[in-house]
Amino acid sequence: MRIGVFICKCGTNIAATVDTEAVAHKALNFPDVVCSTDYMYTCSEPGQKEIQDAIKKYDLQGVVVAACSPRMHEVTFRRAVEKAGLNRYMFEQANIREHCSWISKDRAANTRKAIDLVRMSVEKLRFNQPLFSSQVPINKRVLVIGGGISGIQAALDCADGGLEVVMVERESTIGGKMAKLDKTFPTIDCSSCILGPKMVDVAQNENIRLYAYSEIESVSGYIGNFKVGIRKKATYVDWNACTGCGLCTEKCPAKKSFDGFNEGLNTTTAINIPFPQAIPKKAKIDPAFCRYLIKGKCKICQKICPVDAIRFDMEDEIVEEEVGAIIAATGFDLVDHSVYGEYGGGHYPDIITGLQFERLVSASGPYGGHILRPSDGKEPKNIVFIACVGSRDPSIGRPYCSGVCCMYIAKQAILARDHIPDSNCYVFYMDIRAPGKNYDEFVRRAQEEYGVQYIRGRVGKIYPRGEHLNVQGMDTLLGAQVEVEADLVVLATGIGASAGAKDLAEKLRISYDEYEFFMESHPKLRPVETNTAGVFLAGVCQGPKDIPASVAQGSAAAAKTQALFSRDTIETDPQIARVNERVCIGCGKCIDVCPFGAIQWKTLRDGSQKAEVLDSVCQGCGLCNATCPPKAIQLQHCTDDQILAEIDVLCTGERHG
Amino acid sequence: MAPLHSLRMPRDCDGNFIHQVEKESRQQISKCYQCGNCSASCVYTYVYDYPVNQIMRLIQLGQKEAVLRSSSIWLCANCQACTTRCPCNIDIVRVMETLRFFSVEQGTVSIKNVQLFYDEFMKSVKTFGRVFETGLLAIYNLKSGKPFTDVDLAPRVLKKGKLSITPHRIRGRKQVADIFKRFEAYRNKKNLD
Amino acid sequence: MNQTVKRIAYYPGCSVMGTAVEYDQSTRALCAALGIELVEIPDWNCCGSTPAHSYDPLLGAALAGRNLSLAEELGLDVVMTPCPSCLKSLKGALREYQEQRQSFLDILQMPFSGRIRVISVLQMLYEDIGPEAIREKIRYGFANKVVVPYYGCLLSRPPEFARFDDPENPVSMDQLLRAIGLSVPDFPYKTECCGAAYGVTQNHIVGKLTGGILDMARHLGADAVAVACPLCQQNLDLRQAQVDRHCHTSFQMPVVYITQLLGFALGIDPKKLGINKLFVSADDLFKGTSEQLEKLTEPTTA
Repeated sequence: MRIGVFICKCGTNIAATVDTEAVAHKALNFPDVVCSTDYMYTCSEPGQKEIQDAIKKYDLQGVVVAACSPRMHEVTFRRAVEKAGLNRYMFEQANIREHCSWISKDRAANTRKAIDLVRMSVEKLRFNQPLFSSQVPINKRVLVIGGGISGIQAALDCADGGLEVVMVERESTIGGKMAKLDKTFPTIDCSSCILGPKMVDVAQNENIRLYAYSEIESVSGYIGNFKVGIRKKATYVDWNACTGCGLCTEKCPAKKSFDGFNEGLNTTTAINIPFPQAIPKKAKIDPAFCRYLIKGKCKICQKICPVDAIRFDMEDEIVEEEVGAIIAATGFDLVDHSVYGEYGGGHYPDIITGLQFERLVSASGPYGGHILRPSDGKEPKNIVFIACVGSRDPSIGRPYCSGVCCMYIAKQAILARDHIPDSNCYVFYMDIRAPGKNYDEFVRRAQEEYGVQYIRGRVGKIYPRGEHLNVQGMDTLLGAQVEVEADLVVLATGIGASAGAKDLAEKLRISYDEYEFFMESHPKLRPVETNTAGVFLAGVCQGPKDIPASVAQGSAAAAKTQALFSRDTIETDPQIARVNERVCIGCGKCIDVCPFGAIQWKTLRDGSQKAEVLDSVCQGCGLCNATCPPKAIQLQHCTDDQILAEIDVLCTGERHG
Repeated sequence: MAPLHSLRMPRDCDGNFIHQVEKESRQQISKCYQCGNCSASCVYTYVYDYPVNQIMRLIQLGQKEAVLRSSSIWLCANCQACTTRCPCNIDIVRVMETLRFFSVEQGTVSIKNVQLFYDEFMKSVKTFGRVFETGLLAIYNLKSGKPFTDVDLAPRVLKKGKLSITPHRIRGRKQVADIFKRFEAYRNKKNLD
Repeated sequence: MNQTVKRIAYYPGCSVMGTAVEYDQSTRALCAALGIELVEIPDWNCCGSTPAHSYDPLLGAALAGRNLSLAEELGLDVVMTPCPSCLKSLKGALREYQEQRQSFLDILQMPFSGRIRVISVLQMLYEDIGPEAIREKIRYGFANKVVVPYYGCLLSRPPEFARFDDPENPVSMDQLLRAIGLSVPDFPYKTECCGAAYGVTQNHIVGKLTGGILDMARHLGADAVAVACPLCQQNLDLRQAQVDRHCHTSFQMPVVYITQLLGFALGIDPKKLGINKLFVSADDLFKGTSEQLEKLTEPTTA
């Protein structure tokens, strides 16, 4: 074999602590190496050209580049050698930067280690084989999980681009949390007014199939070919017949059902439509409160319904959809503030969350848009907003900032002063985070135009005294305790992952962090992709963010999907497992151990059973290789022989003087 | 203590002080992001010269004299409100304890009568093995120059049998005194290191 | 009923020898009635309490440690103390044994294994006996009296150290009081500090802080305040006249130990509970008869 070795100086990143010239010189003595040199920036265009020229000049059959981590530039170099006519897998990259030059300042030791690393790569390359990928067809349909604003944006963008979209939403209506807001910052746009048309678009777009009140049951397959099981939860109402007239809601006697849309501030009827602009505008029955479903008595809704849409015998239904890509846009749920015993532990009705305040101030809310105290319905005079409840708090395991609360507190304080002009509004804050366009100006407006009193410091305790709530806070700028006799307290509760995020992530086989936010491929450069091919992210499920950012991510995920679907086929990665049938004893251990279900039984003509790898499902993790007793199944490009070759040469190679 | 009007960095910041406080209290002072939760919860703020969050801030800026001469550290009652509520999990009570005994070592205790009371308390324990409440009050009254402290309570207290006239000396009082001696030796050795 | 600790070591602490003598009396009487044998640590010494913490945590730890060492000699596993400050010191000994073992043992110079579990009287009553067990033994009622539970600042704070009840809204005393038929309102000052040891040196602080607590109790219509800490009781009861003067009012609020209330409910002679030692008379509160018992047969919502 004819091997070329190229040692990269990487500016001073490597050259400062490694004698690259010496490494190149030493490499020339390695078996099969016919040329060896060092270069300043190998990944640059002239650097790549140098490699390509050398391939032609020395008639190379394999190339070793010793440089940064393969995670950085392996793709770059593989493409370069391929352009010069080599198979891209006849290339090895030794990491002499992250694994060597960046670790120690001892030049002599680093150089010895670099030589060892290059020796190992050369040895592995000698055992490499050309590998070829195959093409699989792509199903150009996309699944959007979550019907909030980012899911809606993603779905609309994909549909506009001519793709078929399947949208699955857990609640009985799309719109997510944005549908619960009254006005949005910094423009004080009415939330329903800007969201509503988009929701209608989703409903009416012929490219979008909407499954509301449904959840993801199972996901199998791989990029371009996912099979998704969707559980359509029983609504007990035939949505094909239901017209959304609302007669059932008027007559239903079970009036104490939990009103999730109004964040528990209100009760509603067992059969209900969450809010007037709900999409789909269909009724559903909450089985926990329906008198017929619990006790077998009632059925008034069935009698009243003019189109006979009520179906008490309805059951959950599982349907299957096939898609080529998945966009997760599952949004968020608020952190539970009842852990704060000093704020009443969730027992006082007049201490509410930011979302509950939105419902109070919304025209479709429990009090028709009047800000009234949940306890006695009186109008509050002194309103206190407390920032950072459940955010920036290591003591409850939530050290991160939720990003939107400073802005929405300012908005809510402005609305409060608007609704109740003689009210006194106080905001207790630690810092103000207002980075977006017109954001800081908006917060200043709250203080300068609307007379909201901003007090820098936290609140230690809130307790009831008579009809009021005594708020004991601090103004650290003055060094003075500040006590407010409040009528209503709004806690800016932190943002957490949507309930069940972890379970969905497991089904999608994507990573999630300690807060159950889904993990992006790269926090700076790849915010809407995951490390699982074909699954993208959009919105707060990836981390707290405001509406503009959520919308942007929705569009970004749609763009990624469209790029994926711009070809008709996908190249599969040949670095997958392959079975040597002559060695395979048919024990089945690899099938048991494969996390992706990528290995199946194959019956040979003589009746014996062997393992067979499904090329397009295998993710190349190597677990089967490690498990196989006779080592019949091998991970290509990372076979036992290749790895052992590296180890052997490291352990028995010549010592450096 | 006069308010601090201007600081020149790095000249006016005693980094060694910050380090010593962190080492002795085992708390990482830089974790404090000055939220003010401690001060909001502290019922003694109204008698402090610096509210407790400012004590933390002064430590962060290495203002040794201001802190060790403050009245706050000698009026703190260790009631645990601050430690319980600190979102950064700082044991502020331990920091205040550390500052108290740094101020004793430096000789800059601001509230002398509190120190006097504690000193006489410990002397009583060293002598008898237990606190002789009546004796303690008597000596405190004498030495503090406030001879009528709690005189109003004395008649009823004695009538209800709540105070003894003589101290209770435990048999093991030498053991207790020896503990004190060994502690002094330990402290002296620690100071020399 | 939880597993009853039958024989536990008892560390009275200096205050119950003097100003809080009725806490000791009522605790002993109550434990006897509940079948618990209290073994007073022989020749126990003062733990150092708050003053020791102006010196170094090690001094207080060693002083407290001597008592735990003596308890170990008795072959007992649990030490119970009525005073939360002593409790803190005893736990401090266990902590310094973990964090600075060598220095701690060098100063203590006594055998120490760190195996003793240290609890307060309230913790023993709530966790080891339990409100239900108390309810089963009631003989006298309290005729619709309202009592606010004042826990004080140390019993359940800070949570990782105290490991008992809730630091913001403890309920152990509430439930015990309800179990004996008392009406217990929502009391927001359960864990607010009363002024601690400043009665002698900075009396005005006690005046203000204790005054605030008594005022809140009065505002809630309380007939009495229940306490579990001798220093709290001293500030709220013994010094109530001083607090009255500071606040320009007259609270007339009885302040009673939880053990006295439970003891009375169980039928123990009030003289044995030291009720006559209270400065603010609680005679009205303790005027109950066994006829009140009928009202107590409904299960108490805790």
